[in-house]
Amino acid sequence: MLMRISVFKWAQRISLSAWIGIVLLTMHLVMAACATWLAPYVPTAIDTNNMYQSPSMLHVFGTDRYGRDILSRVIYGGQFALFISMVSAVLSVMIGSIIGVIAAYVGGFFDEVTMRVIDAIISIPGILLLLVIVTGLGTGTSVIIFAMVLSYMPGVVRVIRATAQEYVTRDFILAARLRGERVKNIVWVELMPNIRDVLLVEFAMRASWIVLSVSGLSFLGFGVNPPTPDWGLMINENRSVLVLSPWGTIFPMIAVATLVVSLNLVSDEVAKMFGIDRGVRR
Amino acid sequence: MVLFVFRRLITSLVTVLVVAAMIFVATEVLPGDVATAVLGREATPKRLASLRAQLQLDRPAPERYREWLFAFVQGDWGHSLARPHIEIRPLVIERLRNTLWLSGIAGVLGVAISLLLGIYAGLHRNKWFDTIVSTISLIGMSLPEFVIGSLLMLLFGVVWALLPAVTIVQPQATLLDLLPSMILPALTLIIVMVAYILRMVRSSVIDVTQSEYVQMAYLKGVPHRRVVWQHIIPNALIPTINAIALTVAWLIGGVVVVETVFNFPGIGRLLTSAVSDRDLPLVQALGLVGAFFYIGTNMIADLMTLWLTPRLRTQYWQNAHEN
Repeated sequence: MLMRISVFKWAQRISLSAWIGIVLLTMHLVMAACATWLAPYVPTAIDTNNMYQSPSMLHVFGTDRYGRDILSRVIYGGQFALFISMVSAVLSVMIGSIIGVIAAYVGGFFDEVTMRVIDAIISIPGILLLLVIVTGLGTGTSVIIFAMVLSYMPGVVRVIRATAQEYVTRDFILAARLRGERVKNIVWVELMPNIRDVLLVEFAMRASWIVLSVSGLSFLGFGVNPPTPDWGLMINENRSVLVLSPWGTIFPMIAVATLVVSLNLVSDEVAKMFGIDRGVRR
Repeated sequence: MVLFVFRRLITSLVTVLVVAAMIFVATEVLPGDVATAVLGREATPKRLASLRAQLQLDRPAPERYREWLFAFVQGDWGHSLARPHIEIRPLVIERLRNTLWLSGIAGVLGVAISLLLGIYAGLHRNKWFDTIVSTISLIGMSLPEFVIGSLLMLLFGVVWALLPAVTIVQPQATLLDLLPSMILPALTLIIVMVAYILRMVRSSVIDVTQSEYVQMAYLKGVPHRRVVWQHIIPNALIPTINAIALTVAWLIGGVVVVETVFNFPGIGRLLTSAVSDRDLPLVQALGLVGAFFYIGTNMIADLMTLWLTPRLRTQYWQNAHEN
């Protein structure tokens, strides 16, 4: 009973915009997870008798140049973006926070070297870094995740290091050290719980930026390979027939936009809840 | 102050060197070197080895890095792999001119618009203007550049047919000829930029408005107009310099997508085509040029912040003496 009341209160405290975000995000997650059951057609099935159809009862969002059902492609198209973004965001925040906390705790030469490398990576404009990596390693899921982690992790390191530095000099850390705790324990048990809020905000923010980057990369043709359904790729493929048949471009656009809007709304609320400023995208 | 500027210059230079090393490692040392790029993945080991010898890829990487960097600094940027008769430097410089104009126009207008709107929205917090502007900026932030670009193209280029939807002018065309094709890409960049900077400016203005010295100024009877111009705006602008620098630096990345959308002949489109062709020397050159501008902007922002905040200068001196 007590539990239920607190959840209810918590729900009341959340602003309307955050609720919109949560609902949209849940919709996207359900759509991606249940694509197999939700999509009315096979997303790659070619039907040359029904090319460039406008929305109808048969094809709710119309069809593209190969007669593929756009609704099915939009439903499936989120899988790749969401999968890559979530994995990359989790990895960036995990690796970034570990490096950041250790740099703050150990300090000295290790800190200096780490931060110089981090500064250098941040000094490469995001998309440039992604494209340089893609040139060197070719496209592919693991390469894209690697590239995303490499370009979004340094920002996490900076933020987490700055936050952890505030705690490193506190007495409870000194006490732990005098008790003879191991570095591993101090990092995990003493420092990590204190930066949990910042971690959550970093994760929420970076997830939405990574979705934007991933869709941009697919749009440029360096994401998944056709005929795999993907929003960025769909927009690129159907852009040339924007006038003749705008459906293939507009629906994936709405899909990307609603996903990023929902992530932004949710991360705004998370940041507000913990009283942390959102940074500039990098 | 001079010492600080000097140190900041040195760090920027070191950063450029490290970035150059990373670009070099990513493109030449990692698996899939120039030889595999030229011959394709199914090339025989023997042919690969002979091409590597011909391109001097069999020599140690640090040595090659040093030579590549020296040649680059001296103006020898090498030849394109995909089109071997084309020299890279003139090509990049020609495209760079177009990109600099595009991002220059977008940057100046974008910063001006976001400052105006951001300050106004921040001063009139939670009024209808602020709500509308904040909502629109959130939407602008959430739309990828290529979506905004395609929508503008659809509206102005196709439905109303006012402006050229894609660039059909030659890259070498004069600025006047390029100008009409520049409007839509610039507009796209401005929309995305304004969305980001405006939010920063707005929250910075709100922070300052709630500060004790502004309250104090009101309490001692300073007129509202004077508080706004003398206390709020100057103090609110300092933290936004960095945000502006980051966003202007983001422009360098943003142009890659926007130029591709509008087929605009700048370094961004050159980069995407170079990546598709796996034209490694060209990617390296463009990567270095991009990083150079990015690091330069950030350095200028840091120096400007320092110049405008005397407090930071003394802090810096105190730290320097302690160390």
